[in-house]
Amino acid sequence: MFELVVLDSALRMATPLILASLGGLFSERSGVVNIALEGILLTGAFASILATYYTGDPWVGVAAGIFAGILVSLIHAAVTVIFKADQIVSGVAINLLAAGATQFLTWITWGSSSNSPPVVGMAPWSLPEAWGPVARGINVVIGHYPPLVYVALVAVAAAHVVLWHTPFGLRLRATGEHPGAVDAIGVSVRKMRFAGILLSGALAGLGGAFLALNTHQFVKNMSAGRGYIALAAMIFGKWNPVGAALACLLFGYAEAVQMGLQGQQVPSQFVQMIPYVLTMVALVGVIGRTRPPAALGKPY
Amino acid sequence: MSLPGASGTTTPAVETVETAGTGRIVSLLAPLVAVLAAFLVGGLVVAAIGESPLEFYSILFRGAFGSVDGVGLVLFNATPLIFAGLAVAFAFRSGLFNIGGEGQLYIGSFVCAWMALQMPAAPAVLLIPLLILASAAGGALWAAIPGYLKARFGVHEVINTIMMNFIAVALTSYLVVEIFKEPGQMTPQTAVIPMAGELPRLAGFFQTIGVPLPNANPLNASFLIALVAVWLAWFILQRTTLGYEIRAVGHNMSAAEYAGINVRRTLVMAMLLSGSFAGLVATNEVMGFRHRFLDNFSSGVGFMGIAVALLGRNSPVGVLFAALLFGVLNTGALEVDIFTEVPRELILVVQAVTIILVVVGNEIVRRRLARGRAMGCPSKEGAEAS
Repeated sequence: MFELVVLDSALRMATPLILASLGGLFSERSGVVNIALEGILLTGAFASILATYYTGDPWVGVAAGIFAGILVSLIHAAVTVIFKADQIVSGVAINLLAAGATQFLTWITWGSSSNSPPVVGMAPWSLPEAWGPVARGINVVIGHYPPLVYVALVAVAAAHVVLWHTPFGLRLRATGEHPGAVDAIGVSVRKMRFAGILLSGALAGLGGAFLALNTHQFVKNMSAGRGYIALAAMIFGKWNPVGAALACLLFGYAEAVQMGLQGQQVPSQFVQMIPYVLTMVALVGVIGRTRPPAALGKPY
Repeated sequence: MSLPGASGTTTPAVETVETAGTGRIVSLLAPLVAVLAAFLVGGLVVAAIGESPLEFYSILFRGAFGSVDGVGLVLFNATPLIFAGLAVAFAFRSGLFNIGGEGQLYIGSFVCAWMALQMPAAPAVLLIPLLILASAAGGALWAAIPGYLKARFGVHEVINTIMMNFIAVALTSYLVVEIFKEPGQMTPQTAVIPMAGELPRLAGFFQTIGVPLPNANPLNASFLIALVAVWLAWFILQRTTLGYEIRAVGHNMSAAEYAGINVRRTLVMAMLLSGSFAGLVATNEVMGFRHRFLDNFSSGVGFMGIAVALLGRNSPVGVLFAALLFGVLNTGALEVDIFTEVPRELILVVQAVTIILVVVGNEIVRRRLARGRAMGCPSKEGAEAS
């Protein structure tokens, strides 16, 4: 179960989850529930393949994924922040919209109701062998992953720094805890929430881009509930970047093990349930108090 | 609406039907305008890919209303949506957001099929009522868990119902793949339930009264159960003590508690009944249509229930009409798929846009009405905003 292959696959599985759950974090820390992560992942995946298909450059695909993620999150922001409509309903609707629109566009673009043709993926990053044994050693231990895997890991650290060591982060967290106070010191709650949601869209869109580029094509509904798992990981990680990332690694590991288990003694369906059951257990308070931002879900 | 850990008052995010006077007319108009606007968006998309929107919609509605068969399909497609919509609407009246309809209908359907297979010799008069109860009980059980966790620990039901959707799909998948799979078959599905547990199709009945509904039409007695469920939901909410308590808790949890209502018990009861409605999807899927449990059969009916409840403004009768509208769209979509170059997924887009416009529209109406009421009482709006 701890073979290198499984760990390697776990890290790849965890990458889109990490990116999406960091996205969820920025949105929820600003006080807006983001169930739309699922739809944003899917749209990011589609956009990245579409752009890569036409340009042949996966980096353009990555940019397109981020851009599409921001566009979709803009809908969520408009509906929930400007119109102050229910955040969960908006998220559910966006997920339906993403599922319908990506399938519709897949059909329009490639004449297929299920998937895109294969595109070039991202070449894995590693240090040149010529740099000597140290470089080779590094390659063996942490090398040979697609660039976005490293980006996701760096993003975890970056999110931690931004949220806890910058004025922006302080304001964002304050917006999620006590928007009235933020408003009183002259910071626009609306702007902060927009920032949180759009960051959320960019990160989840990036996650979608990795998901699709890692499999070299778009397949309908390929997000397959990962947006919800990312949400679960964020809660399991107690609304902290490092905690969320660790939860994503755990869930990614479960997914990798589950793939290895197909046709084995332990039914894969039970491994599949792990993230969901753990999250429910965590919420009851078995692993210590989990406390969401105080103003989460409340329009301001 | 607040997430886990929050206690005290939660205000329903969507207005219920209890708005009075002109407000009521305006608020009934809002969903209608939203639907028309969504149709317009759909038409624009059709035009954008170089097809004729008029032709698209005429084919769509011809598919739904052009024949008796089409109308039968509309009612058939609306049936599970009525149950799923009632589930969401019912919970919403207590202030709870049950997005676990999908999981609840899976468990209800599995329990229904399993129960039927346990009683191969039971007569129909016994088996049919029993299976209806089993379907409801399965859904109720699955919904009671998040209901209890909410009432006892204050854990927000939205996250738990989402989690339990996935657990239900995985659990039923395990059961049907590993334990109850039909012997000798590759498809992950149970064996066919006994004939005595099947609900009759309505084609025969309609033919005797002169309506030429083809024998192949899948419309079955589950539709009638759905109509009864609509009445039952209305009756419970409006004519029973429990219904009163549910609505009171939904309006103001603290006030309800102060008035002596057992809030925890009421929340659990609301979720139990909500889950029962979702579980009844089994009467259409298992007893009326497929006559077995098929792994992964639902294409998001539980989630569509949210849209249906929202469009029906959380009233049972509203749910019925909203489900019929979605039934029309889903039926017409098949026709569109065959006769035009427009893929049927466009219908999904139209439905999603409808939801977004309805929530936005409801919110605009709610604010307008609040402003109107606040005219004589300026402090009201201040209270509203905080």
